Amino acid sequence: MHSPLRSTNEAIKENPDRSTAQPVLQARGLRFAIDERVLWHDLELSLAPGERVAIAGPSGSGKTLLLRTLAALEPMQSGEIFFQGRPLVEWSMPVYRAHVVYLPQRPALPEGKVEAALRAPFHFQVRRQRNFPLEQARELLQMLGRDEAFLQQSTDRLSGGESQIVAMLRALLTAPDVLLLDEPTASLDAEAVAAIEKLIANWLQEKPDRACVWTSHDRQQLERNSDRVVSLAPSA
Amino acid sequence: MNDQYINLDNWQLGVAALLILLNVAISLWLRLGLARSLLVASVRMAVQLLLVGFILEWVFALTTPLPVIGIGLVMTALASFSAVRRTRRRFPGVYWNSLLSTLGAAFLVTGAALSGIINVHPWFAPQYAIPLLGMVLGNLLTGVSLSLDRFMHGVARESGLIESDLALGATRWEAARPLIGEALRTGMIPTINAMMVMGVVSLPGMMTGQMLAGAAPAAAVRYQIVIMFMIASATALGTLAVILLAFRTLFNRQDQLCVSRLQTIERSQG
Repeated sequence: MHSPLRSTNEAIKENPDRSTAQPVLQARGLRFAIDERVLWHDLELSLAPGERVAIAGPSGSGKTLLLRTLAALEPMQSGEIFFQGRPLVEWSMPVYRAHVVYLPQRPALPEGKVEAALRAPFHFQVRRQRNFPLEQARELLQMLGRDEAFLQQSTDRLSGGESQIVAMLRALLTAPDVLLLDEPTASLDAEAVAAIEKLIANWLQEKPDRACVWTSHDRQQLERNSDRVVSLAPSA
Repeated sequence: MNDQYINLDNWQLGVAALLILLNVAISLWLRLGLARSLLVASVRMAVQLLLVGFILEWVFALTTPLPVIGIGLVMTALASFSAVRRTRRRFPGVYWNSLLSTLGAAFLVTGAALSGIINVHPWFAPQYAIPLLGMVLGNLLTGVSLSLDRFMHGVARESGLIESDLALGATRWEAARPLIGEALRTGMIPTINAMMVMGVVSLPGMMTGQMLAGAAPAAAVRYQIVIMFMIASATALGTLAVILLAFRTLFNRQDQLCVSRLQTIERSQG
């Protein structure tokens, strides 16, 4: 896990035709250090509407930390983040995080039934005006090859892959604008991976100003699902 | 009241000590390894109590409020300190949080009882103030300690669950509320249990003491009811305060969980 790397950020591919639109999410001059070890500095990242950006880098290069920083779950050490053109400080955190949802690699689900876990985010004040989209939940489950009974399962009986599916489903049902996905298909079989990728692609196409960031160890998956790769690599 | 009261002289204390010596002998004979700690504990208990007897005699003779308040502050500081010492995790400022909550809850409730319920004259009368404060603190300490420990344990163990709520737009309060509720319940359990069985399973020490001193049971019981209400309300207030202060430290204004502020102590005390 811990490789003592000095890291820089380099865009491997730039997609010029997207750079004209106002970015959905933009990070400027991010720096992150754990004690003396600088993971990355002067990191620039810009998400254009509809764009899928992959974060690549070896273990310990701070991919997860970058996603957590973008989700404002980590105290920011230096730099700025803009969402829809407004700096992070102008957003109330719950409202911001209702738009920009981070999905951890090993999602934690509350005790109880799957349906209760899916409904939980709709009890938050930030979604007071919205009802839980049960029909949509059923449709998405169907695409993942699960039936109604899955909703009544207890979350502590789920496998690692199933938990990942539930967490993904939960995030998609809240209809965010930006998804920050940390190894979203790490413990899934090929069939489920394909289904999840399809769900994310559908979500992205539903509205023009959506965008997502991925991390994955699977290089092929990254290339398949991203328009651009940002590399957190040692400068060597 | 005092005519029924039997004073114990040193000779009688010595005979009581024989009960312990009998146990020490049994332990030595069966090689239980308990003899040493039993002796140390007995001697400590006797010395501490004899000293407290002297001190209290001096304290009870006080006629000005400041020294009484001073003694109360020292007792409160010690209680709040040992409440934190018993927890397995710490965060910066935890001792101050404990002191503030213990002080606020204990002084508020004891003060209200002295001047508003029991109507002691003068209001600081040490014979009432010090024992009542002591009983409140003893129970408050347990509540603060249990609830703090439960809260910090929950934050450390369920950080994934808390953060996945935060990541989906929960406020820090929404994300922490289940843990806060659980911590407060844990802190109140001993007090609620004690009230549940009081008089049925257990005869509380204060009440027993009053009756030994010759008070009528019906009168002693009334004091016990008041003290239990004091203990329960002080414990509820103190645990609520300390958990809210801990919440403010472990969850910042940006609705972030600052789990790195928690440090696990290798060896727990007590």
